[in-house]
Amino acid sequence: MMDTHYNFAFLDERTKKRIRRALLKAVAVPGYQVPFGSREMPFAYGWGTGGVQITASIIGQNDVLKVIDQGSDDTTNAVNIRRFFARTTGVATTGKTREATLIQTRHRIPEVPLTEAQTLVYQVPMPEPLSKLEPRRRETIKMHALSEYGLMHVRLYEDIAQLGAISHAYDYPVMVNERYLMSPSPIPKFDNPKMHMNPALQLFGAGREKRLYAIPPYTQVRSLDFEDHPFEVQHWAHACALCGAAESYLDEMIVDDAGSRLFVCSDSDYCEDRRDAGHVGTQQAVTLHDVLATSPEAFAPNEREAA
Amino acid sequence: MYVAVKGGAAAIESSWQLLEKQRRGDTTIAELSVAQIRSQLTLAVDRVMSEGSLYDPELAALAIKQASGDLMEAIFLLRAYRTTLPRLGYSEPLDTARIALVRRISATFKEVPGGQLLGPTYDYTQRLLDFALLAEGESTGHSSAATDTPLTGQDAKPAAKVEAPAQTVPRINDLLAREGLLETPQPLGTQAPGDLTRDPLMFPADRALRLQALARGDEGWLLAMGYSTQRGYASSHPFAGEIRRGTVSVELVPDELGFTIDIGDLEVTECQMINQFSGSRDVPPQFTQGYGLAFGGAERKTMAMALVDRALRADELGEPRVAPAQDEEFVLSHADNVEASGFVQHLKLPHYVDFQAELELVRKLRQAHAEAAQGNTSPFNPTQQEAA
Repeated sequence: MMDTHYNFAFLDERTKKRIRRALLKAVAVPGYQVPFGSREMPFAYGWGTGGVQITASIIGQNDVLKVIDQGSDDTTNAVNIRRFFARTTGVATTGKTREATLIQTRHRIPEVPLTEAQTLVYQVPMPEPLSKLEPRRRETIKMHALSEYGLMHVRLYEDIAQLGAISHAYDYPVMVNERYLMSPSPIPKFDNPKMHMNPALQLFGAGREKRLYAIPPYTQVRSLDFEDHPFEVQHWAHACALCGAAESYLDEMIVDDAGSRLFVCSDSDYCEDRRDAGHVGTQQAVTLHDVLATSPEAFAPNEREAA
Repeated sequence: MYVAVKGGAAAIESSWQLLEKQRRGDTTIAELSVAQIRSQLTLAVDRVMSEGSLYDPELAALAIKQASGDLMEAIFLLRAYRTTLPRLGYSEPLDTARIALVRRISATFKEVPGGQLLGPTYDYTQRLLDFALLAEGESTGHSSAATDTPLTGQDAKPAAKVEAPAQTVPRINDLLAREGLLETPQPLGTQAPGDLTRDPLMFPADRALRLQALARGDEGWLLAMGYSTQRGYASSHPFAGEIRRGTVSVELVPDELGFTIDIGDLEVTECQMINQFSGSRDVPPQFTQGYGLAFGGAERKTMAMALVDRALRADELGEPRVAPAQDEEFVLSHADNVEASGFVQHLKLPHYVDFQAELELVRKLRQAHAEAAQGNTSPFNPTQQEAA
């Protein structure tokens, strides 16, 4: 049921048109951050205003919308955004990745491969991949213009030199179409390979920072790495306790006071599909042992010494 | 057995109900009306209108009521409403020399053309709690003398500002500028000023855009930034050249008419700071200025804004940029409290996925650390233990 107090999808048509023009530019220059006249939305900045503005600008009456946060359709913010669009557009919503034509996401890419008929809209908090290295936008604009990304490579190298591994576990920087360094938004690096040559259109919106960018379908997306330290994704020693999936991104839940952990799929739709198809996990929580932890007695002398 | 978290929708609905209960408070006490807020919490309404960038006292009062008095939340509500309003056109520049004054003071000259008018101010109250207000009686204290007596010159004006006729009161800055003692910033070229609410702020920003950002910027942020310039971070020796508060008219030239029509009145506070400037190789010593303007009664805000505006003119005046208040990207990118409040509070959103990624990484690093420690010839390495 559509709320008729507002225009279709809340924003007025002229604003939507301006955003679509910015999106066209973003698609034409993959990975390039296009400034746009971001509007105040009835959501707080940092809660998906960029993604919401993109979705509002491209959604049509025949779209089927899915909204996920942390991989799940049922987290409160995803519920809130999905309701907002249901109320202001009246379009059909779904939890099924396969049924959706438009998917707005925060921090995950669905496990089910996307198709050419789908558009994935990312909510982006900090669109500038160089922001931790150079906070001034004036400077980073120049660095992008000159493809001056040495700073990022040095940063990754220093991680390896000091820690033995690259310490970006999410928001892992990527090169798009071998031209622009881009923040994939805070998705786990596990999801980075899914961006590469994806048949779906991927759009990114940062409302507070007032920038949009895009990865058109079938575009090369390369996670930065070194020959002797190739990019790799997270792996778990466990499979999903509910559906037994061994190849999905897992959430970890603490289920009792003793610290037992339950590992389950972060993508709730994927997990449900598998269970419906008859897959079953161990249904067991596990106890993790920290490799550096020692029993209290053994540790005591050292503690005294350190003190 | 564990069941995946469901019920976000139900939780949100319950939360709405609790919020409504919190807002209404004790139901044995009469509900606060929007009209009461509008007429009795006027300074809160003024702040919400300024930082909400929308001059509408009734909606601002409604926002304050809806937000249980949380002004930043009220500002956010007003901004979100503002988004939906069509842009009909741009008004002519406000002429603050033509003003129905409520208050006007200068700290630089004892006697000024047009006179000084103290008007309503907390400045000369003794900050003693007025217990008569607590007893819900008439105030006994400072506020009982309701007559506005001009300090000099001018005849007494009626207290009610709406009845005061607009008159031309020359700005003190104009008088100084006429003598060449005060630098007068010139508009850059002939192009119309940009609009911060339609196009994103890019750096370097010109002064018109900077002032727009400051006008809707958070009062607390501007106050702290302005204060820092007084404490030696970009010292600029300011004087309050003039502060005026009153009602000015908004004029528009509709395309189809081609002449000016008066579309309404605004109450504003304007502050013009005068700052010492010792000159440079090309420019003789003279005074420079900083400017502040906000809706309603907003003296603290406009004074702070004027200090920050002056500090941000460092490049233009050939001063070295050494302090945070002179760094436009730093000051302007963090001035908007709707943005700041949203982003700080987004940390409440679930971050399971990112945290899981970090957990996995830390565990892996600890594994590597343990293996390295085992391979170490020394059986026991306290420094490594500590670092872990």
